[in-house]
Amino acid sequence: MDGFHDLGGFQGFGKVPHVINSQDYKQVFKQEWEHLAYSLMFIGADQLKKFSVDEIRHAVERLDVRQHVGTQYYERYVIATATLLVETGVITQEELDQALGSTFKLANPPHDKGRPAITGRPPFEVGDRIVVRDEYVAGHVRMPAYVRGKEGIVRHRTSEKWPFPDAIGHGDLSAAHQPTYHVEFQVKDLWGDAADDGLVVVDLFESYLDKAVDAKTVAA
Amino acid sequence: MSATVSPASTSTPSERAWALFKVMKDKDLIPEGYIEQLTELMVHQWSPENGARVVAKAWVDPQFRELLLRDGTAACAQFGFTGPQGEYIVALEDLPQLKNVIVCSLCSCTNWPVLGLPPEWYKGFEFRARLVREGRTVLREMGTELPSDVVVKVWDTSAESRYLVLPLRPEGSEHMSEEELQKLVTKDVLIGVALPRVR
Repeated sequence: MDGFHDLGGFQGFGKVPHVINSQDYKQVFKQEWEHLAYSLMFIGADQLKKFSVDEIRHAVERLDVRQHVGTQYYERYVIATATLLVETGVITQEELDQALGSTFKLANPPHDKGRPAITGRPPFEVGDRIVVRDEYVAGHVRMPAYVRGKEGIVRHRTSEKWPFPDAIGHGDLSAAHQPTYHVEFQVKDLWGDAADDGLVVVDLFESYLDKAVDAKTVAA
Repeated sequence: MSATVSPASTSTPSERAWALFKVMKDKDLIPEGYIEQLTELMVHQWSPENGARVVAKAWVDPQFRELLLRDGTAACAQFGFTGPQGEYIVALEDLPQLKNVIVCSLCSCTNWPVLGLPPEWYKGFEFRARLVREGRTVLREMGTELPSDVVVKVWDTSAESRYLVLPLRPEGSEHMSEEELQKLVTKDVLIGVALPRVR
């Protein structure tokens, strides 16, 4: 989903509001309600088993853009949890509105039903040059747009496998399990000279990748 | 009722959070003690002091360092530092010409048991948008100036791997004990935006 949440490379933001080693983090929750965000989220995911953490991420992505920009971090997870509990029929919009005394604005409905993983291919190996598939996904996806279509080098293949986010992020419990790959990109390959030089490593599911066609081989 | 209420903007984040809590509570969906136990983990147990112990041990124990770099999950499990958002741990080794930094551009993914919950600035739009593209500039603005021959390598936490930075042991720390070394390893050192310093 090409939403506002996909912020990598987005220009126009000011300085990060932090000076190294300030101790602000020691007060973990700054407001009396913030501990509820992850607590209620995990009750829905781990205790009630009504949704996955992937679906939570997708529900946050589905917040209306203006709402997304105007909300605090933990607030977005409260809204996402409320949205999923309503969508799975555990609670109702009316119950939320009544408890709040005004309209409890939930996230927008999904744009898509998700998609299955690509299976049956040989795994990639460390050192392989890969290309991120040039595809557009309306539903949940864990490929930041800044690597779409870009070439990089595999530095690590995980020893474990996880459900494909584009499927389980839409509630598909049969989602195929896949390894992910730490793929290293040159910053200059992502944004040309309008960036600092350096490297970016993105942790990408197998289904997002193809082997790169070596340009020299094509020429020959 | 909904036809007469004013727009949603009249409620506060706190009111919305407690409204969801009330609806879940009234339906008896909240297990006894669940929120208290998880909050204890989030506030007290998951802490950068955990990561500092891992790094300090890696600095003084070559065998442990080798394990940490080969299998970060097993190394952190020796201390009991695994759990939610810390189930597949990868340690990122800084080198004289390489500085690793961690971000989650898509949300806020962090190695909770080892680093603690992410701080506000790490979850903020500025860090998420800018670090991948202008890492050196962002570090400089935050107070870490790197020599031009040091490559900045940003790790975007976009799947299940959860990272911690293993920084270079600073000059002047040669005679320090493991306990003293732990104090040099701050939360920001583990994220990678700061370097450990001997005062």
